[in-house]
Amino acid sequence: MSSGLAPTRSALPNGAVLLSKRTRATPSVTINIAVRAGSICDPADATGAMFLLSRVIDRGTTTRSADDIAEALDSRGISLGVTVARHLFSLICTCLTDDFADVMTLLADVIQRPTLPEPELAMRKGEVVTSLRQDEDNPGVRASEALMELLYPAPHPYGRRIKGTIPIAEGLRREQLLALHAARFAPCETSVVVVGDVDPGEVESVVARVFGGWAAPNPPALPASPVTASTGRRRVVIPMMNKAQADIAYGFTTLTRPDPSYYACWLMNHAFGQYSMSGRLGDSIRERQGMAYYVYSMLDANVMEGPLSIRAGVSAANIDRAVESIDEEVDKLVTKGLTQKELDDSRRFLIYAMPRALETNAGIANYLQTAEFFDLGLDFDSRIPDLLNAVTLDEANAVARKFLSVDRATVVVAGPV
Amino acid sequence: MIRRAVLDNGLKVLVQEEHTAPLASVWCWYKVGSKDERAGQTGVSHWVEHMNFKGTTNIPRDQVKGIIEQFGGSWNGYTWIDQTTYLQTASKEALDRMLFIESERMANFLYHPDDCESERNVIISELQGGENDPDQFLDQELVATAFKAHPYRHPTIGWLSDLQTMTRDDLYGYYRRYYIPNNATLVIVGDVDTDDALRRAEQHFGRIAVGETPSRQQTVEPEQTGERRVTIRKPGTTAYLKAAYHAPGVTDAGFYALLVLDAVLSGAYGMNLWSSFRTPSPQRSARLYRRLVRQGLASAVNGSLLPTELPFVYIISATATDGTPLATVESALLEELDAVSAQGITPAELAKAKAQLKARLVFDNDSVTNIAHQLGYFETIASVDVFNDLMPRIAAVTLEQVATMARTVFGASNRTVGWFDPLPIS
Repeated sequence: MSSGLAPTRSALPNGAVLLSKRTRATPSVTINIAVRAGSICDPADATGAMFLLSRVIDRGTTTRSADDIAEALDSRGISLGVTVARHLFSLICTCLTDDFADVMTLLADVIQRPTLPEPELAMRKGEVVTSLRQDEDNPGVRASEALMELLYPAPHPYGRRIKGTIPIAEGLRREQLLALHAARFAPCETSVVVVGDVDPGEVESVVARVFGGWAAPNPPALPASPVTASTGRRRVVIPMMNKAQADIAYGFTTLTRPDPSYYACWLMNHAFGQYSMSGRLGDSIRERQGMAYYVYSMLDANVMEGPLSIRAGVSAANIDRAVESIDEEVDKLVTKGLTQKELDDSRRFLIYAMPRALETNAGIANYLQTAEFFDLGLDFDSRIPDLLNAVTLDEANAVARKFLSVDRATVVVAGPV
Repeated sequence: MIRRAVLDNGLKVLVQEEHTAPLASVWCWYKVGSKDERAGQTGVSHWVEHMNFKGTTNIPRDQVKGIIEQFGGSWNGYTWIDQTTYLQTASKEALDRMLFIESERMANFLYHPDDCESERNVIISELQGGENDPDQFLDQELVATAFKAHPYRHPTIGWLSDLQTMTRDDLYGYYRRYYIPNNATLVIVGDVDTDDALRRAEQHFGRIAVGETPSRQQTVEPEQTGERRVTIRKPGTTAYLKAAYHAPGVTDAGFYALLVLDAVLSGAYGMNLWSSFRTPSPQRSARLYRRLVRQGLASAVNGSLLPTELPFVYIISATATDGTPLATVESALLEELDAVSAQGITPAELAKAKAQLKARLVFDNDSVTNIAHQLGYFETIASVDVFNDLMPRIAAVTLEQVATMARTVFGASNRTVGWFDPLPIS
């Protein structure tokens, strides 16, 4: 089966990359611009700086006030999302086709010439502080952040909270954020993805016009931080007695996205904690035992060795039984492995689910950014079936044995315990 | 182009061809939601929805999962106040399988007692997960306070004591009463041939017997005669404010004026219960955003006006910034609502609100799944014609209608205010 997306890719002389794909399902266009300036670029003493920058970058440029930008977006019904992940800083929105050129011009201005006005920065700091306070009262956030801190101890950047901390957020100054922007935002770090009902020639022309004149020095490469797998079992409890239910986060460090074993690991994780409402974990903990509304595992293979984390929400009375059940499933996976049918079911699902994943403009744009970031190639969607079909049962079970172990699990429980 | 049909047993079928991707989406909608539940059985609609993913007479318990997955498909379901629905979206080759599963869901689920007990715990876990979120908890208490008679007052997930005491027979009886073809709408959208889809629908559903038309609760919520308030004081870190106003149902002309008013106040949210929440409102220039968020009183403000069969509530929610008293946020919010009640909105605001709503209608219908949702949703609460008329109805809204709606809705006696006022966490 081949979905054959066949996007167009080009690079501007300054290094900015354009990926585009014309679709005609709706009279709209999704713009997804990513800069390789994620939270790993936070200075060691300023965790959360990129996140705060993301909150204020679209609140004023050298030629537009916050009100101008607000009016330009709102009058077109556009909701601009600015997000920060470990490696990427992204601006994403969908607009009507007729608005494409104006919106792309606006976004280019926001990325290249933000002014971060003081009043806007103060306001957005208040929002970040409130958000961090909300996180303090959220068992799911507390458990998953604690798991990452344990799997990736300081100074590894994956262990830091993307939003930072309240004292740091309150203390960050405009000059620091402007310096961070100047240091990390550059055309050679930027990929612009456009998917929708717009002429490819117009896309190329508009992007060249608004990004072609951007000049900024290439940021220095950030060194990869070593990841050390846990050698023993760890369990941390975060009491939150005002909560009705506990969240469990249970995980391991695994592998990088470019690792040749990635596809085996993808399939293994899918069968274990994703397939048909959460795979083996769902069958045991939700279906057979009725202990949790949700339980699943997720794999975040990344530039550095990312985590495989298992998440579940259970009542206080069921915490120990749920952790024991996760242990049992992990142990069974490691000692007995997946069956050929389980592997084949997940493989078939992932291959046949591609048209669904690539149905909408936003879905295609997200996929193209991922493919660009990991240098997967323009024909990656067509190669996925072969890549998955090449994985053997032995390979899938080998990655389970390599990365998962009850004796090396890191377990965090946050809730009424 | 929608083709409509009604089978001899009363099942409505809506088919729309969309050939943009090799996919098909099948939704089966039942006109039963939490408003149909009686005291002691709150949450039964939602629990029944959960049970309808277990074994049937023709699909063994351990084989329900995996049928659609072979075609890369996803499945799910949800229950709300007016409706219960099930969806499957997969490659178009799965159409027949999806229709088979939905026909089984209508007629043949078994409700094994062990499955009922297991799912009881899953649902209680879902309830407790919701209670972990103070915003969600406040929302539930607010609606329960805003309604004193109509069953819209109880939460879709149900009250805990009812979930602890309902029996397998309660569930199965409810299932048999409401899961009948003459209480359902089947929607098929995607890369299908309409005639073929209708033929297959007849094959799978045509033999299911017509059922006795379910009786409906007749309680009408009496007019609210004074402001109501609910204050929750529990340990937490963040203060939340909500204001609920009784609002018209989707067939009332006033609904569209309120939709525009909501866009002016907090940005157009969209009307797709399945997808709109994934995209925040375009609200940076909206009145409440400017007053509450840009002035540092709140970190977020949102309006929620969803299409419902009967008059429900329009809810405005705000998250107070750390250290800001709820009273300050409430005063600012009410001042803005008083201002729009007294002066209405401007022509520029009207034009912007309409542009936002037009864009949201495009954005919220970008997949076969989302289109199918909208067709079924509106057919279940009113008529698919209402969905098709959304744009012209919004376009026809006038300044005077918005001003009238503001005066009508935002009176103090129509208001229920909710506070989540956090206590320190020990």
